[in-house]
Amino acid sequence: MKNIITLAIESSCDETSAAVLKNGREVLSNIVATQIDLHKKFGGVVPEVASRKHIENIDAVIQSALDEANITFNDIDVIGVTYGPGLVGALLVGLSNAKALSFALNKPLVGVNHIEGHICANFIEDKTLEPPFICLIVSGGHTHLVEVKDYGKYEILGRTRDDAAGEAFDKIARALKLGYPGGPIIDKLAKAGNKKAIDFPRVYLEEDSFDFSFSGLKSAVLNYLNGKKMKNEEIVVEDVAASFQEAVVEVLVNKSIKAAKVKGYDKIVLAGGVAANSGLREKLIDKCSENNISVKYPSLKLCTDNAAMIGCAAYYDYINGRISDLSLNAVPNLKLGQK
Amino acid sequence: MKILGIDTSSEVATVAIMDDDKLIGEYTINHKKTHSQKLMPMIDEMFKSCEITPNDIDLIGVCIGPGSFTGLRIGVATAKAIAHARNIHIAVVNSLESLAFNMNLSKGIICPIIDAQRNQVYTCKYSWENNTLVSIDNISVKNIDELIDEIKERYEEVVLLGEAVDLHKDKLNDLDNIYIAPNSHKLARASSVCELAFEKYKKGDVKNHYDVVPYYIRKSQAEVQYEEKLKRMGENGK
Ligand SMILES: [Zn+2]
Repeated sequence: MKNIITLAIESSCDETSAAVLKNGREVLSNIVATQIDLHKKFGGVVPEVASRKHIENIDAVIQSALDEANITFNDIDVIGVTYGPGLVGALLVGLSNAKALSFALNKPLVGVNHIEGHICANFIEDKTLEPPFICLIVSGGHTHLVEVKDYGKYEILGRTRDDAAGEAFDKIARALKLGYPGGPIIDKLAKAGNKKAIDFPRVYLEEDSFDFSFSGLKSAVLNYLNGKKMKNEEIVVEDVAASFQEAVVEVLVNKSIKAAKVKGYDKIVLAGGVAANSGLREKLIDKCSENNISVKYPSLKLCTDNAAMIGCAAYYDYINGRISDLSLNAVPNLKLGQK
Repeated sequence: MKILGIDTSSEVATVAIMDDDKLIGEYTINHKKTHSQKLMPMIDEMFKSCEITPNDIDLIGVCIGPGSFTGLRIGVATAKAIAHARNIHIAVVNSLESLAFNMNLSKGIICPIIDAQRNQVYTCKYSWENNTLVSIDNISVKNIDELIDEIKERYEEVVLLGEAVDLHKDKLNDLDNIYIAPNSHKLARASSVCELAFEKYKKGDVKNHYDVVPYYIRKSQAEVQYEEKLKRMGENGK
């Protein structure tokens, strides 16, 4: 059978990325131009600044992906591109580029849901992984608990009702004046702190709900910090970081395990930028081994936003005949499972 | 040689194909700003109707601004990708010279205006001298009332055009020395982009697609605020 080569483009937030994949799961190249340093001075991603950087970078990133894979445009069978969710201006750069390439090269186009891409990062990481399984997707933009029934077939079991998990990390990091992005900084500090030092609330919502809520926890941390400041007491940043992270992680892990049990699965898969959090990984591995559930998670480079994961999702859509047309528009709040 | 022209800098989405001096197709839509959905289908449709393929295109002319930031990026990203795929050059055209070109060979001053929000417009002044379009001042962002005062005081006869004309119609209608371009010439047209691109190509003024970026004039709001903050901190630090 002929190999299928996918060119994938991702520009939904602050990474401009392009990748080339063979048969959906073998990464021939995965170029990521990150803008983290550019947004640091603003304390978060600024959409207009991100969009401007994307358009400066995009064709050079695509060319690097082709070069590193040692192919030319002619070798491509299908073009995959993120069309949502994400920052609309940022999405439109990658999407406009991908549509024009599809037209000029006369190659089919597949619009990919970014969250679906995060799930698919695991298919690249572990070539033997097959659906079905439970997937916990946690990043700066999303927190989803999903039943992955088959390639491209998802049922959302729960999602955050307010802040995304990664967003909560960023906000707490900002309150502690630790810089941006908050996740890796808090993770690092937490290692030196006592996670039982402060008893922050764990929000489980209704008895059988798989939804999440982190805004109450965020307020509790902010109140704690204010209280300490008013009383002129010392704040042990490491302990705050460790206790906050533990409160987030415990709820994420317990809900994931409950979802696996309720749905009868013995596999939990992590995805998204926060999947790189060591506290989350450790706790999930621990709890899952107690419950005879296997755990998978992508390596760091595949956890954060990248085009390879988009290419994998595009491949499965392509072989299943799900092709987009040239009128494809960016959908900033695209839901998982929506087409 | 065949040139594909693209302009999505305003409410208007317009594309054209020109073969040397012959315009073979032009497709313009001035209906809601849905460039992302419509631009590629418009190009596709025009190519089919003109019986040409992307392989036939030798040069791309694209309007890089000033104008709507997002609109510009849709057009520029599209032009860059086609040029990349086809390994051809891009000639960049600014949105004001392109509008002025619509008033080919007219006498007097031509003053295109493009909405820059908050009662401001992107503008510049042009005139035709010896069959060539020349700019007689610099591209700038101006308050519309200041621009009107300036025209009233300084110029005998000015032709105004661009989408912002409709926006400020009430202010412009009763001025003696201002003429509004007819609808056929008032808005962006990719045929003008093609012609200007061809002129630039003849002068060797073309770019590699990697080097083409939108011409925003304005910094992003976040950058402006950040610089103001730094300035304030600098002043307080004294
Ligand atoms: Zn993401």
